Amino acid sequence: MTAPIVGAAIRRKEDFRFVTGNGHYTDDINRPGQAYAYFLRSPHAHAKIKSLNVEAARSAKGVVGVLTGKDLAADKIGGLICGWTIHSKDGSPMKAGAHPALAVDTVRYVGDHIAVVIADSPALARDAAEKIEVDYDLLPAVTTPDKAQGSDAPQLHAEAPRNTVYQWELGNKKETDAAFKSPAHVVKLKLTNNRLIPNAMEPRAAIGEYDQGTGAYTLYVTSQNPHVARLVMSAFIGIAPEHKLRVVAPDVGGGFGSKIFIYAEEVVCTWASKKVGRPVKWTAERSESFLSDAHGRDHVTEAEMALDAQGKMLGFRIKTIANMGAYLSTFASSVPTYLYGTLLSGQYALPAVYVEVDAVYTNTAPVDAYRGAGRPEATYLVERIVEEAARQLKMDPAELRRKNFVRTFPHQTPVIMNYDAGDYEASLDEALKLIDYKGFPARKVEAQKRGKLRGLGFSTYIEACGLAPSAAVGSLGAGVGLWESAEVRVTPTGQVEVFTGAHSHGQGHETTFAQLVAGRFGIPLENVEIIHGDTNSVQFGMGTYGSRTAVGMTALVKALEKVEAKAKRIAAHVLEASAADIVLENGEFKVAGTDRKLAFHELALNAYTGHKFPTHEIEPGLKESAFWDPLNFTFPAGCHICEVEIDPETGVTKIVAFVAVDDFGKVINPMIVEGQVHGGVAQGIGQAMLEHGVYDPESGQLLTGSYMDYTMPRADDLPSYKVGLTETPCPSNPLGMKGCGEAGAIASPPAVINAVTDAIGIKEFEMPATPERVWRAINSTKHKSAAE
Amino acid sequence: MPGVSMTVNGKAVSGEVEARTLLVHFLRENLRLTGTHVGCDTSQCGACVVHVNGKAVKSCTMLALQADGAQVTTIEGLAKNGELHPVQAAFKEHHGLQCGFCTPGMIMTAVDMIRRLPDLDETTIRQQLEGNLCRCTGYQNIVKAIHAASLEMKGARA
Ligand code: FES
Ligand code: FES
Repeated sequence: MTAPIVGAAIRRKEDFRFVTGNGHYTDDINRPGQAYAYFLRSPHAHAKIKSLNVEAARSAKGVVGVLTGKDLAADKIGGLICGWTIHSKDGSPMKAGAHPALAVDTVRYVGDHIAVVIADSPALARDAAEKIEVDYDLLPAVTTPDKAQGSDAPQLHAEAPRNTVYQWELGNKKETDAAFKSPAHVVKLKLTNNRLIPNAMEPRAAIGEYDQGTGAYTLYVTSQNPHVARLVMSAFIGIAPEHKLRVVAPDVGGGFGSKIFIYAEEVVCTWASKKVGRPVKWTAERSESFLSDAHGRDHVTEAEMALDAQGKMLGFRIKTIANMGAYLSTFASSVPTYLYGTLLSGQYALPAVYVEVDAVYTNTAPVDAYRGAGRPEATYLVERIVEEAARQLKMDPAELRRKNFVRTFPHQTPVIMNYDAGDYEASLDEALKLIDYKGFPARKVEAQKRGKLRGLGFSTYIEACGLAPSAAVGSLGAGVGLWESAEVRVTPTGQVEVFTGAHSHGQGHETTFAQLVAGRFGIPLENVEIIHGDTNSVQFGMGTYGSRTAVGMTALVKALEKVEAKAKRIAAHVLEASAADIVLENGEFKVAGTDRKLAFHELALNAYTGHKFPTHEIEPGLKESAFWDPLNFTFPAGCHICEVEIDPETGVTKIVAFVAVDDFGKVINPMIVEGQVHGGVAQGIGQAMLEHGVYDPESGQLLTGSYMDYTMPRADDLPSYKVGLTETPCPSNPLGMKGCGEAGAIASPPAVINAVTDAIGIKEFEMPATPERVWRAINSTKHKSAAE
Repeated sequence: MPGVSMTVNGKAVSGEVEARTLLVHFLRENLRLTGTHVGCDTSQCGACVVHVNGKAVKSCTMLALQADGAQVTTIEGLAKNGELHPVQAAFKEHHGLQCGFCTPGMIMTAVDMIRRLPDLDETTIRQQLEGNLCRCTGYQNIVKAIHAASLEMKGARA
């Protein structure tokens, strides 16, 4: 028996093409006769368009078309949609303003789309766009969530008074208020979750192509979920019926959520390809990515936690304002609600939680799901306030957590979620060991001798993945179910093709999905091909986000089960035995207890040969498909600990150790899982230490619009991480897996900031922990203590 | 339009370009060597790194005309006779890539780094990667891959 392939650190099948420069990303594709699109964008944060004159651009050199919002409206092309209806406390549905793909009379953020110029080359399109005359009537702008609801704030959409999209609540209010009646301790915290700009390294791109003969469109696009793009563009935007619209998402260079959404550019390129009679290609420049990719986070929150004298948590009360930007992006409304409020119980047996969230419009780029989506915001809040509670109660932060951990499963929280399995203490203990917690006081003293400040911070996080049980999300307002599908085709010569609705843009599905197939059938990995990202080959799928590949993989397992069952029936006929006696071992179908057998490829050939078995009893062929709707969310959880050393003279903060111990349930490929943790933690440390999307509060200009101003984590900004795994299998899917893509980004920011505040002894501190902020914080306490 | 000729991956090539055409666009569009990527517009990300006359260069920072007469190597020219270059093999072996978009630039930077600095340690590798951004891997496995490749190539030279 060879070593099991599922669970092994198999090297990735997809890597050969990437390391040799043979990947096929959207911008690598050129279609015959293609023209190039350039989008004229608003330079103002808020303005009425008094007049728009495109005539000079139309007659410029190389131009094949200039199109505006009026042309879209004339063709009855609908606006962009938000697919999740949130209801306010009073029962009313959210108040959303229109979101045309090209602005009609008002622009609402810097980068908002006004017109598209299509020309023979990108340079000619850009040259011509300079000839467009726009006359603006400037309006005041508001950019931050805390200012958006003010009576003096400018109104963005008539539909949403005071810029308020919804006022949502979740939890048991009465019990929560009661918990705050006379607790021994109340811990209060005010914090901001800083705006982030996702910055997948591949900029977004789209090529629309119209076939005059068939009347069908093809869109090549940087998408995490091509089927969803097709559905939305067909059913809601009205480009073409689904069977006349093919969406292809080839190799995609990272997404992190930002490529889930249906954007103006891809809609316009597709529609315009028919108008100009040529394929239309657009590739974002990085500055356009900064301006127009959906951003992440941007919350302001006030919260308080009640605890008894022994440190038992009694209640948790939260008020958050979430910035939606200028329009509601595809899934924006769900992020600060069902992906946020539902995780506010953390790993703790909290009897009472009540959260209120106001979502507001501002003159900034739309905000939507970014790696973790809502769950990092929840974790940042919970883990910071718990750490603060430990300090206030003078308890060890690990012990305070331990005291409050959920220990029996299933556990129903006051905020919808039903945790199915976990062992939070196991991850905490492992992390304490890896960081050498006992040695920390000595390290702190040693650092002090060198004039440095050491601090240690915890984050014991939980998240909900495997999005999502369709009935559950449907009852909460989701416009679609979140099942996944897979189809398995065995070729007559015995290779296996898998068609999956999950999309891979760095996650290594071509390897992990193949491991499941090879492991089950005992065939070599090279004989398995994973096909994804094309609506013409894959029957249907919801794509990849929310660490939901557990869903896609389960669909695959279900399809494999069907293939195996049918293969056994065929084998039984060929080998003249009963199907119940057929066993599949090491790639061979055997009659148990005999030497009669068929190799996998022999079986495959038999399945297509037809005269070997009664085809009126068993259909010829070997191809099965399955849809899987998850039974529950999955709940990855774990403990991250960060140790920092700060130079009080300069405020420079160095992460000297970072430990991540995660429980992802069963793991298919530990190498890939570890890589996902590394990448997630890097993004989390980026948020905590470096990254911040900043708009000028007056002009609404994006001040961090390039890599010169927005600090991306680089190799020498980051430490080496120590990664550990604990395991409680997930009971709600047959593989026992939970998902691992987002944990790092969710868990790490509070660990870093808790370490920083521990080192400098300050409670109120906002991300990112730049040297300037840290230095100022240190010096503000110095002055205070000097004054006392 | 001005003409330009150079040797790319050992082959003589020539073409006509607008004066403002960047080397990266000449490689990608005229020669259809799409392994070299464009990740930014401010010379910050390194997705476009190629070798010009044996040195790592950000090909978005150079006009095609400036490379007239030069020897250029792109990611497509690194593997010889279907055999991966040790740096390519190390990226695969140590999971130094996820989405693969930064990878060609990372590998071309690493090959140059190993050539210039035969004794690489983790800190030096991290500093030397200052000009290359990766959003997926958190860099740890890239650093590991480069270190492993540098040791292997040193062994091969010894
Ligand atoms: S594309 Fe050349 S450095 Fe970014
Ligand atoms: S592997 Fe995706 S950017 Fe580096």
